[in-house]
Amino acid sequence: MMELICPAGTPAALKSAIDAGADAIYCGFNDETNARNFPGLNFSRDELRKAIALAHGRGAKILVAINTFPRAAAVDIWHRAVDDAVSAGADALILADIGLMDYTARRHPNQRLHVSVQAAAANPDAIAFYAENFGARRVVLPRVLSVPEIAEITRESACETEVFVFGGLCVMAEGRCSLSSYATGKSPNMQGVCSPPSHVTYEQTAEGTKSSLGGFTINRFGTSEPAGYPTLCKGRFSTAQGAGYIFEDPVSLDATTLLRGLRDAGVTALKIEGRQRGRAYVESVVRHFRHALAALESGSETDIAGLKPFTEGQASTLGAYRKTWR
Amino acid sequence: MQLSLGPVLYNWAPERWRDFYFRIADEAPVDVVSVGEVVCSKRSPFIADHIPAVVERLQKAGKQVLLGSLILVSLRRERRQTEELASAEGVLVEVNDLTCLRALAGRPHAIGPFVNIYNEASAAFHAAQGAERICLPPELPLVSVAAIAKAVPDVTIELFAFGRVPLAISARCYHARLHKLAKDNCRFVCEKDPDGLILNTLEQQDFLTINGVQTLSHTCANLLGEAGLLRESNVGSLRLSPQDCDMVAVARTFRDVLDGRDDVDGGNRRLAAAYPGVPFSNGFLWAEPGHLYRQARSGDAHGPVSQIGAV
Repeated sequence: MMELICPAGTPAALKSAIDAGADAIYCGFNDETNARNFPGLNFSRDELRKAIALAHGRGAKILVAINTFPRAAAVDIWHRAVDDAVSAGADALILADIGLMDYTARRHPNQRLHVSVQAAAANPDAIAFYAENFGARRVVLPRVLSVPEIAEITRESACETEVFVFGGLCVMAEGRCSLSSYATGKSPNMQGVCSPPSHVTYEQTAEGTKSSLGGFTINRFGTSEPAGYPTLCKGRFSTAQGAGYIFEDPVSLDATTLLRGLRDAGVTALKIEGRQRGRAYVESVVRHFRHALAALESGSETDIAGLKPFTEGQASTLGAYRKTWR
Repeated sequence: MQLSLGPVLYNWAPERWRDFYFRIADEAPVDVVSVGEVVCSKRSPFIADHIPAVVERLQKAGKQVLLGSLILVSLRRERRQTEELASAEGVLVEVNDLTCLRALAGRPHAIGPFVNIYNEASAAFHAAQGAERICLPPELPLVSVAAIAKAVPDVTIELFAFGRVPLAISARCYHARLHKLAKDNCRFVCEKDPDGLILNTLEQQDFLTINGVQTLSHTCANLLGEAGLLRESNVGSLRLSPQDCDMVAVARTFRDVLDGRDDVDGGNRRLAAAYPGVPFSNGFLWAEPGHLYRQARSGDAHGPVSQIGAV
């Protein structure tokens, strides 16, 4: 059966994920070394050690994401994160930076290493590069691929593949996007944040609400429309060819209906996005996918509408997995 | 300090593309020229026939020629194309995705601005793999640039110094989406916008530029005022990215300021005249939002740090 990999931004969420049936939980340290570097989120060294003890006692694994790109002249901070995660007993490290993978492979040759989605390894050659140079055992595939493409890559891949099945959806190739830092000075690659709340403003006008990021208007909502969070690539913009959601509608990924295809493609693990989300989200989404996987095994039907409250704008998409735009 | 010309990122008519490089070969004071379609593999066949003549003309003019690899490689056809490129002889391949690096297997090469090198450890890894030139990602601040350049003294470190800044790449084509076309049947609508399609906010603020699967800044990077500072930080080359404007004039301006024949103020006036209506930006270098422009104080590019770096 495919492994279910679940997010945890806090020890409480981690416990919920285990209770709900996660095979593995991924988390990060509470600093700039991980790509969900939000205030009040993530784990101290001590919390990580306790989390690993708890998870191992319940038969679950802990994967530690150290997936930002180390700042020049400060790579020690990232090296310490790797060393501490290894000594705490992490089952795998999720890394994006080549220099950090090189360090980890040399310093901790027995440590299991996963290639983060932030490394944007989108084909078997790129994957083989990581497997050959650093002994990577698994790659988290970018969300730009269709199911047939995933099947082809997995067939040729030098290591296991893991794909996102639920949650926030990058429309740009992950780890290769500077839109956030262009508007705010803060980027996923460097600071571990995208469209950070510190740079968001909402303004009430006679027509409704205007949301901005770093002084750029990202969207306008009428009084009857709920005002969504101004994630840059999911805003409404204007061009000579027309206005609207130029990059992507504000929707979340939900691949519940594609689980069979992903299993047949040979995918090893399914990943749920959302380390920044609360316990209720983790609990419900993990339980939903646990049931869906059990249903897949037994050949019965799955409830496909159950997750609607947890999707962005209550709308979901199959993303690139079904390339309707191809 | 070398000047290099990056690849044309837009979909230009093939003859125009060819003639652009012929003129660069004959008139532009650049040392290195990177050619090839790096944004969209669907566009590649159009310029393929002209590449040999362009490479020959540039080399005869004394330019070092680099052949750029695709930024995002996912289709089988794109992998094959990348592998073929990696076997090219007589020119250095400019790697824009790690797919290409594996095929190069340790042979000398250049690294383009689309490969994530954020620190000295990654730069050292690439140097050990055979990288002779590295054009760093545009979002890097000066402190990082200086630390990286110091760590790999044998590698020519290059910085993106002129042109709309590439900010993102996607599997999805936004030109096709806007024209309500499927990507596989896009009718190459991006050719209508040789300088990209302007994307504004709903309040009509200039914001970004769409170029098929690529998203660029609306502003034009301009590091002319920082050239002296970059030289002191061991940056060995400045990259000029082709826009739909007189790139020979742009190259001459940079060369004149670098060589002390013009000062930064004069150079900036010439750049603004060559590429009118597009504001400058240099925020990334100063660890600020990338769209901002911090005006360097008057002085020449050779001046001390305190003069050039000051607000």
